Amino acid sequence: MTVVAEVAGSRELLGNLVQRELRGKYKRSTIGWAWSMINPLALALMYTLIFSVVFKAKLPPSGSGLNSYPLYLLTAMLPFNFMSNGINGSMGALIANSNLVKKVYFPREVLIVAQVLSWDVSLLIEMGVLSVAFLVVGNMVLPWLPLVVVFVFFETLFVIGVGLALSVLNVYFRDVQHFVAIFMQLWFYATPVIYDYQTQIRDRILASPTASNPHPIHHFYNHDWILWLYKANPMVGFSNTYHAFMYKLTFPVWTDMVWPIVASGLMLWIGMRVFRRLEPRLAEEL
Amino acid sequence: MFGGVVPHGTPGEIAVRVENVSKRFRLYHERNQSLKAAMMRGGRAKYDEFWALKDVSLEVPTGTTFGLIGQNGSGKSTLLKCMAKILRPDHGSISVRGKVSALLELGAGFHQELSGRENVYLNGSILGLSKKQIDSKFDEIVDFAGLEKFIDTPVKNYSSGMYVRLGFSVAINVDPDVLLVDEVLAVGDENFQRKCSEKFADLRASGKTIVLVSHGLDTVRTMCERAAWLEFGVLKDQGAPGDLIDKYVETTHVDRVATEGGGSHWGSGEIVCTQVELLDGNGNPTLWVHTGEPATLRFHYSANEPVSRPVLGFALHSIEGVHATGINSREAIVPESIDGDGHVDFVISRMPLVAGSYDVTVALVDESNLHTFDFHTRAMRFDVGRGLPREAEGVFAIDGIWKFE
Repeated sequence: MTVVAEVAGSRELLGNLVQRELRGKYKRSTIGWAWSMINPLALALMYTLIFSVVFKAKLPPSGSGLNSYPLYLLTAMLPFNFMSNGINGSMGALIANSNLVKKVYFPREVLIVAQVLSWDVSLLIEMGVLSVAFLVVGNMVLPWLPLVVVFVFFETLFVIGVGLALSVLNVYFRDVQHFVAIFMQLWFYATPVIYDYQTQIRDRILASPTASNPHPIHHFYNHDWILWLYKANPMVGFSNTYHAFMYKLTFPVWTDMVWPIVASGLMLWIGMRVFRRLEPRLAEEL
Repeated sequence: MFGGVVPHGTPGEIAVRVENVSKRFRLYHERNQSLKAAMMRGGRAKYDEFWALKDVSLEVPTGTTFGLIGQNGSGKSTLLKCMAKILRPDHGSISVRGKVSALLELGAGFHQELSGRENVYLNGSILGLSKKQIDSKFDEIVDFAGLEKFIDTPVKNYSSGMYVRLGFSVAINVDPDVLLVDEVLAVGDENFQRKCSEKFADLRASGKTIVLVSHGLDTVRTMCERAAWLEFGVLKDQGAPGDLIDKYVETTHVDRVATEGGGSHWGSGEIVCTQVELLDGNGNPTLWVHTGEPATLRFHYSANEPVSRPVLGFALHSIEGVHATGINSREAIVPESIDGDGHVDFVISRMPLVAGSYDVTVALVDESNLHTFDFHTRAMRFDVGRGLPREAEGVFAIDGIWKFE
């Protein structure tokens, strides 16, 4: 694909743009990079208070018998926020750099890739800190970390794919970003971040009738297609996989690993197609 | 500043080949594009088409400096942006041999919060330089921009002059095979301008191809070996810049209408200058004389009461705003009193102004110069075409003769 070739051909530019994003992000703030940690921690605290303390959400025990809602939450929330930030950032990247796009020629895909990679740097730092926290409470995540990195890589491809498509669409239709903002909220709750997939979704849909639960959801729908629909969201697979690797210290079911990888490739392909299709008139439409 | 530089590089090769290029722009009736609006309409916004370039073909040989001239909206900048791959033509093709650098906007892509140093690396890589290449040129870039002391200061604290100087310095040091330049030669102070001219001379001497879009016809005349003239998106003519520019100027300046000027009056109004005319050597009204030709400026006045000892003065400004001259009649003749309508002539035996457009500002004052009857700014605009001496720069051609002993 020409997109891949062009991005590969401008590695130095990519590196410099990522640096620009990172330096620009926390320049002139007193605690700088600490903000990158404070945001997820504040969210984790808030969700823990609401869902764990107020609503008494139950979690499955971890591989080492760990039962910590905040850690469980952060394991999937950090990658989800990466996805959300990466897509939002990509969507604004062409418009924010319109003076560049209109005055200089360079492969424009680089702007989106740089945007996503800059969020990758934040994610890796956050996941690193999270891993330390897991080790402190006795969850031996170290052997699983290489696999986590592999899935972060595929998630990055997924985000770049979505980002490429939405970034150009947003130039043509500026309210795409408002639709996406709403969609992100739905997406968050449709993904097992604040709740556990196994106990809250799967078991409840597939449960057999029992004395205490004579009408499980399964019998209302009579099919597990609703589960398929739910799992069509690639972020479900990603979340389950991160939860399995880092919190439960085990492998998820194979579909949770394969579908996100396939979906990433598919999304990247679609993203590149859309970008290529709409790119030629970019400088005029901006 | 001598014409006729022999092109270096590999002669005969074509650096930029433009073949049947057409470029269409969409002019939208409504600019707010929303999905909602698109769905209501069942498609994209309505738009008019506007062809900025129509079937343009030209070739820029390697090693030449090529000028693009034309009025505003003629498509020169669009063509340049197509060459730079920023815009994509709707029809036709453009092939460029070698590495291209475009000087369209200086410092595009500078990040306000980053230091000059960081921005040199960032901008350099946007323009396609590797880190190693920038390392080797870094001192030269900073030295050229004259920003040694400020290189670690965030560029948001730069003055606009420092900003464009750094932008220019990075862009010019990209070491391109083909350099595309759009009206950016006039940046910085005189010292920096001189450095820029030298840099361009170096680039030309080292066989680089330069495509230049300029309104400064003198720049094109002195710097370019070839030029093309675009009008409303169509390639009107191309060839050696001297003849082409003469043709261009003659054609475009016929259009001038006598009512132009749009200046304003102020003063007590006992006597006003109603009209200024330019007469050619035969005494016929014109708006167009050549350097070296005889001409007369005729000032029509109208006094509604007797005015004693008036003095008429006029000033000429080039359209760039240079005050070319200011002369008054005090030394020559001061009438005791004038009344009614009439005119005063200023006879020029040989027009000393060099080619360009000039505005006439007229003042009618009393002898003491303390009271202004009428001050008419930009009462008339006229054009001077290239005559003899042919190669003259500045505002005036001094009347003299060359003698070789």
